[in-house]
Amino acid sequence: MTAIAILNGHLIDPAAGVDADKDILLKDGKVAEVASPGKLKQAEGVQSLDATGLVVAPGLIDIHVHLREPGQGYKETIATGTAAAAAGGFTAVAVMPNTTPVNDTVEITRWMQAPERGAAVRVFPIAAATRGSKGEALNDFAALKSAGAVAVTDDGHPILKDSIMRETLAAAARVGLSVIQHAEDTRLTHGAAMNAGPVAFRLGLRGMPAEAESGMVERDIRLLAELRDVRPHLHVAHTSTAGAIAAVRQARRNGLRVTCEVAPHHFLLTDEHVGLYDTHCKMNPPLRSSADRDAMIEAILDGVVDAIATDHAPHAMHEKEVEFEKAPNGIIGLETALGLCLRWLHNEWKMPLGRVLSLLSAQPAAVLGLKGRGTLAVGSAADVVIFDPKAEWTYHATEGKSKSKNTPFDGWPMQGKVRWTISEGRIAYTSA
Amino acid sequence: MTPVTARRPLHYPSISPSPFPHNPGSLLSVNDLTLDGLNHVLDRATVLERQDPLTRDRILLKRRVALLFYESSTRTRTSFELAAKALGADTALISSLSSSIEKGESLKDTGLTLRALGAEAIILRHNSSGAPWLLEECTHLPILNAGDGMHEHPTQALLDLRTILSHYDPSTKLCHHERDKDPLHPVGPDTLAGLTVTITGDILHSRVARSNMLLLPRLGARVVLCGPKELLPDLAAGSGPGIEIVRDFEAALRRSQVIMMLRIQAERLAGLQLDLEEYKAGYQLTGDRLRTLAPSAIVLHPGPIIRGLEITAGVADGPQSTILEQISHGVAIRMAVVERALAAGSNGGCA
Repeated sequence: MTAIAILNGHLIDPAAGVDADKDILLKDGKVAEVASPGKLKQAEGVQSLDATGLVVAPGLIDIHVHLREPGQGYKETIATGTAAAAAGGFTAVAVMPNTTPVNDTVEITRWMQAPERGAAVRVFPIAAATRGSKGEALNDFAALKSAGAVAVTDDGHPILKDSIMRETLAAAARVGLSVIQHAEDTRLTHGAAMNAGPVAFRLGLRGMPAEAESGMVERDIRLLAELRDVRPHLHVAHTSTAGAIAAVRQARRNGLRVTCEVAPHHFLLTDEHVGLYDTHCKMNPPLRSSADRDAMIEAILDGVVDAIATDHAPHAMHEKEVEFEKAPNGIIGLETALGLCLRWLHNEWKMPLGRVLSLLSAQPAAVLGLKGRGTLAVGSAADVVIFDPKAEWTYHATEGKSKSKNTPFDGWPMQGKVRWTISEGRIAYTSA
Repeated sequence: MTPVTARRPLHYPSISPSPFPHNPGSLLSVNDLTLDGLNHVLDRATVLERQDPLTRDRILLKRRVALLFYESSTRTRTSFELAAKALGADTALISSLSSSIEKGESLKDTGLTLRALGAEAIILRHNSSGAPWLLEECTHLPILNAGDGMHEHPTQALLDLRTILSHYDPSTKLCHHERDKDPLHPVGPDTLAGLTVTITGDILHSRVARSNMLLLPRLGARVVLCGPKELLPDLAAGSGPGIEIVRDFEAALRRSQVIMMLRIQAERLAGLQLDLEEYKAGYQLTGDRLRTLAPSAIVLHPGPIIRGLEITAGVADGPQSTILEQISHGVAIRMAVVERALAAGSNGGCA
């Protein structure tokens, strides 16, 4: 593996507290040296990348991604999904277990990470919490962890039974894994296709009440409090309601280990964007009211939110081109996250660039305890994104690397163009 | 939760304007009709209804209209079919239970197939809200929404309006039971000012209610929604201007010149438990209630009626009932909207 020198760029590494012009040397998949411009000790005989006018930052980390393999390669494969990740500036993705079959075994966890999958960036499997994600019997967390799983979840099939969720939290805490919950009381959302409220009423669609999310988060937090002695870590996936954010905020004050993520669509869009049954605005959790959307923005700016995660959920065109109620939930997000975050969080809502990048790298790495990721301190993984923070461009889904094109952001203006993505010392993406 | 602080005025991503309808002949929602479009439809309904059947059937001679029905229907299907045929069009009926839909063919493919077979317009009844928008997007043909899920049923609202207009006397602001005159015409934003229409029953699941509550206030009518919370959530009042909720059926009746009763849609209750005896006690339109509280009102019902549940047989068959008149207004209205659908390049009346 050749060494790479990134020269003349502006390094923003929030975890290391760096926001300065620096040259960086990557060697053997690690960060070998960070030096003032022109001061790298061994800049000869290495491939050099000229990052003049560009930001150099730790590679982005998306902790909520569906890559569909094994089983649904027509939507996405690990190869295409990670190529999309690289194009979006991501160097690591944590992938959900709702594959076919469900990732509830050591074998599937290993299979996902095998070199034969052709991943362009690092894949961290998240294993199912319960057998087949049926919410009944716990999997062997210790074995899954040693096979490479970084967390457990029954994403999409929330664990409803208090007893099972309590056991899951306790067992995960014992082996040092996080529990990720897709917070939805499915007893309240049966047959629902969008957020409950005036828009759903007007469109004649059954709605998912906000309480189905916030109530489940509150329940999980109660269990955390009961298990205070073993210090379990609960991570709330794709938080979308003001009530859930309020519960997380309070639990933190009470000293509980709760973290949460928000998806770009939940801080940008509302249920009004569903328009006249646009299935590209159908996801779960659904687009919420403007008050909920405002609460997401506020929570991001206030620091309550730990990570921006895309919930990248590819679906084939024909699956989305159906009656709204029949369409599957989810949108792709890996190639639009950075462009949207810079355009809106940074440019429009004035969040400092370093904080935006932290929400996309250092903090998600911390949420899942990914050691040596999310920073470019010497010795860390050579995971780097190099982008032009000023470049404005228009996203066209058809030009994307993902196998699927289901996105509400087609044709949207973006800010911040990725020039190179480097994963563990290899160039995973170069813009044309 | 903490409200968004005032320190940062937030600018948000905008919502793109609706691309619908793609085809000026489509009638997806009552909102697709401008006031001019509405008057055009009402006007043509009267002209076509009176016209000699032997000249009328030249208007759409041999034009092809498909009726695509994913749900059972008596009135709507038959009256659309008779309307299209009265204008000379060829009709083909495709129903979910005797077609490739049973084999899993998608709505898109079914629509494209019908278009390839020469259909120039598709009349769609579907159990999923929003299906007509999808079909229009995929085919760009004129689509007539004959009822989509719990969402809209625009031709029903139009025929309800025509029924009301044929009974309403603007000078007295009263409805007369006898159908002694032509429907009031043309209509404007104040035509129904002073008129209160009470829609009672299963509003939550009713596409008829949604279309009516969007259409009638545009002509100045007040729409009162009445029913128990399970079937009528509070937020329904926010569906548009001129809409309010009155939970007390008898109080609502006292104010009404038009009473529209709705069936409880057992097929859409989705596990909701309802005490029918309690419901009848609260909301059944009985002869006693009608006589004492609204003796001069007219009674509408889109059908199918469940005698003895939301309405007694005596009221359904009584002098204040317009249920059968509504059905014949349906044929006239549907002649007009089918003609509009196929009047290529006409001023369609699109919003």
